[in-house]
Amino acid sequence: MDTNDFKIIDEEYEAGRLALRSYVTGFVLSIILTLIPYFIVVNKMFGVQSMVVAIVLFGVTQLFVQVVFFLHLHKKFKPKWNMVIFTFTVLIVSILVVGTLWIMSNLNYNTMHRTPATLNEGYIPQ
Amino acid sequence: MNTETLNQNLTATHEAHQTRGAKALFGFWTYIMSDVLLFGAIFASYAVLHDNIFGGPSAKELFSMPFVLVETLVLLASSFTFGLASLHAHHHAEGRNCIPKVVKWLGITFLLGAVFLGMELFEFAKLLEEGNGWQRSGFLSAFFTLVGTHGLHVTAGLIWMGSVTAQVVRHGITERTINKISTLGLFWHFLDIVWIFIFTFVYLMGAI
Repeated sequence: MDTNDFKIIDEEYEAGRLALRSYVTGFVLSIILTLIPYFIVVNKMFGVQSMVVAIVLFGVTQLFVQVVFFLHLHKKFKPKWNMVIFTFTVLIVSILVVGTLWIMSNLNYNTMHRTPATLNEGYIPQ
Repeated sequence: MNTETLNQNLTATHEAHQTRGAKALFGFWTYIMSDVLLFGAIFASYAVLHDNIFGGPSAKELFSMPFVLVETLVLLASSFTFGLASLHAHHHAEGRNCIPKVVKWLGITFLLGAVFLGMELFEFAKLLEEGNGWQRSGFLSAFFTLVGTHGLHVTAGLIWMGSVTAQVVRHGITERTINKISTLGLFWHFLDIVWIFIFTFVYLMGAI
């Protein structure tokens, strides 16, 4: 099997000037992406709903910034095994998190809002 | 054996080393992905339990936001300084003597990591002292599990960093130590990424 299939960091890139620029860019962007949502929340700049959406967007953006500028995963056009595992993990985590929230909110709803219909569950009128 | 065959042999050995290093790094990447699953599960339980405060304090009343901001920036800076250490280690491989620089940046990263861990433990101690330990409510159990698991990872990372720094001091920058720095780098940047999610979903969401 080709070595490149397992290569996840580009050693040549890591030694070059571009890598330094990438670390500095990532650091500056991450600080900005941390400070903006922090001040939005601390100063209560928007309504609750828009603040939630805003900070989640800033968090996800920072995830991408750090993956690209700090991790320096090997960049070459090829089916890469590290990306295969990464994609699979993202899929499983999404199923896990979304599934948990979905099931648990249903459970909360059904236990908190007791209507005659739900109370009679399993009861068969004679 | 003539010089040409010798050189070819050397190149072959070099490539074999590189393949082994690349495979080790790939294996470690697989481990990190399984760690992502672990954190995914803990985040999901936190999301489910964060409202269950059982008459106790909520996230809004408990956390000091400026404290958490400083904590976040310290960990972020440590991710950056680790990048510099890795950069100098690879510079060294190109024929310059960068060992002092690598050791310096690894040391700074270690200190920043230790400050972060100290702040996390300080926050835990304060919560426990006020009677808001993990047994107080479902929310606090989930909080301690999530942030505590991250803290344990940081502790493991610090011990590992100490060991890698000692090996660099002792053996210099070799194929082996460079691979170890790359592997530890993946782990350290990964911990920073997990913290961004804790910062966003636990602290910022909690303060809204």
